[in-house]
Amino acid sequence: MSSARTLSVKNLSIEFGGVHAVDDVSFDVEPGETFAIIGPNGAGKSTIFNLISRLYEPTNGTIHYGGQNLLDLPAHRVVSAGIGRTFQNIELFEHATVLQNLLVGRHAHMHRNPFSNFLFWPGVRKREIEHREKVEDIIDLLEITQYRDERIADLPYGARKNVELARALCAEPTLLLLDEPASGLNNEETDDISFYLDDVKHDLGVTLVMVEHDMNLVGQVADRVMAINHGKLLAIGSPDEVRENPDVQSAYLGVTE
Amino acid sequence: MQFLFKTAYNDDIRFLAKTGEKVRVSIVVIFLLAAPLFLQDYYLAELGLLLVYAIAGIGLMLLTGHTGQVSFGHAGFLGIGAYAHSVLLTVGFPFLLSILTSTAIAGLVGMALGRSASKMHGFYLAIATLAFGILIETLFGEWSSVTGGHMGYAVPALQVFGVPLTEVWQQYYVDLLFALFVVVGAANLFRSPTGRSFVAVRDSELSARCLGVNVEWVKIQSFGISAAITGLAGALLAHHLTYLAPDVFGVLESLKLLLMIVVGGLGTILGAILGAIVISLLPVGLSFLKGALPPAIGQTAGLEPLLFGMIIVLVIVFEPAGLYGRWMKIRFFFETFPYYRKSSFVRQKSYLKTERMR
Ligand SMILES: Nc1ncnc2c1ncn2[C@@H]1O[C@H](COP(=O)(O)OP(=O)(O)OP(=O)(O)O)[C@@H](O)[C@H]1O
Ligand SMILES: [Mg+2]
Repeated sequence: MSSARTLSVKNLSIEFGGVHAVDDVSFDVEPGETFAIIGPNGAGKSTIFNLISRLYEPTNGTIHYGGQNLLDLPAHRVVSAGIGRTFQNIELFEHATVLQNLLVGRHAHMHRNPFSNFLFWPGVRKREIEHREKVEDIIDLLEITQYRDERIADLPYGARKNVELARALCAEPTLLLLDEPASGLNNEETDDISFYLDDVKHDLGVTLVMVEHDMNLVGQVADRVMAINHGKLLAIGSPDEVRENPDVQSAYLGVTE
Repeated sequence: MQFLFKTAYNDDIRFLAKTGEKVRVSIVVIFLLAAPLFLQDYYLAELGLLLVYAIAGIGLMLLTGHTGQVSFGHAGFLGIGAYAHSVLLTVGFPFLLSILTSTAIAGLVGMALGRSASKMHGFYLAIATLAFGILIETLFGEWSSVTGGHMGYAVPALQVFGVPLTEVWQQYYVDLLFALFVVVGAANLFRSPTGRSFVAVRDSELSARCLGVNVEWVKIQSFGISAAITGLAGALLAHHLTYLAPDVFGVLESLKLLLMIVVGGLGTILGAILGAIVISLLPVGLSFLKGALPPAIGQTAGLEPLLFGMIIVLVIVFEPAGLYGRWMKIRFFFETFPYYRKSSFVRQKSYLKTERMR
């Protein structure tokens, strides 16, 4: 289902009051690959995601996806360009059920008109059911059936991570930005996530870009890895190449103290 | 414990899936429909007023309870509806056209306020809406060529399709009709994309935006719909008041609306209705209280606002989920008897939200 689209980031930079959070970073992500971004705390990984999501305005550089200039789009149109995402600190709709969360995930595909919604015209019900069918496919894929009618506030942490991934998938993205999909999960849950990501990649054909600290997971799923520190690119290459890179090693040693 | 076996997606879309809910709602609707048969005029008029406040409460609930945008100026919309409707009736508009137009006017003003408020949060939003409320109240007072200023404005008698509806029961049915319409409409919103986008904006603007929700536009819509519904309530209220004065639609009235939805339980339509009941019973309770208290205290002016404030504080401290939350607990107690455990309602620790963007 993914049309051949490349994510192309060139000379991307952003400053926060003199701090170069991202500094002249360029990389391409090819369709179908799994691309990991690693780096110590505060390196600028999440900031790159926030720039691609258009939550932040870059001070310099360009971002293209499939030939479309993302900088022309407001944040709420990025998903229609095919880019979905999850957040490092889980941003679910806490007081809504899992099902409602997932249906919001379909928002970009929804036809919405407050008047017809208020009167619940026949077409509204029909479309609700169509969207519901798509949502159920994702529920099955990520095996979250038992949580369907639970409120997010009542879910354990691991389940929330899955639900957030599911919600992002409901938008039918062709590229998914995953900000630390395994953080806070135990080993078993991490294995599950890597299994699900495999399904997402192969069954749905979604290109994955992930920020991740768990090098085992990165080694398992990533085709290529980019390491950054202090906003600057250190290395790009296969997981092993990057792991062996002396700059990368010293960056990690430098902050571990 | 009641298990619900769902066999079709429609089961989640349909209202009142549980038999118990169906029965309860039917009883209430039958009671409301039959009320004129057994209620004296005085109580019937009070019930009609309660319905009008329930409409206004639902209006504010959509904005504050569901979209998470507080408004300290909603009496302004109540007033816009009331004045616009009365003026249009005086000019010769037929009832339905007049009520539609005044609802639309309130809605448009709401969208305008929403437009300027859509970038504000918390304290700034509270101040902006408060200022709006005061502005509107002042406008009613100063624009005397249209509103009659502080001299007041006589509301033309209720008359639909040329038929005068001056009896209490007739007016009651008009109120009931609109109340049912609004309740069903609001419930419809929340089983369709519009209502879900409201809730999304309330719970996380950030991820709503990343899922394609145009957050600013949703806020404008929410302000608009909320103001329109509150304006509709205002138009109906005008017929109860029969005489409009600017200070009826002041800050105290805005607080009263807010009190209603907080007491009832933020975030549910039923909460708004429960809140309206409390607000309507409050004066009755107050008059009892006044009789019981020594005159020095009982006759003090400002007892009512004091009580309002106290109730808001007590509810927020002891039952943040409001009466609706209390009701859920009571129902859960009976459904699971004897297995009820208090811990069923203890919320899980929520995960850190401080570093939202990182
Ligand atoms: N909105 C902001 N305002 C100011 N500074 C910011 C903002 N967002 C990020 N920063 C700064 O940019 C730098 C990079 O932050 P970022 O969140 O991208 O790090 P990260 O690589 O995701 O780290 P972590 O592994 O801890 O998540 C940090 O110094 C951070 O303080
Ligand atoms: Mg981060």
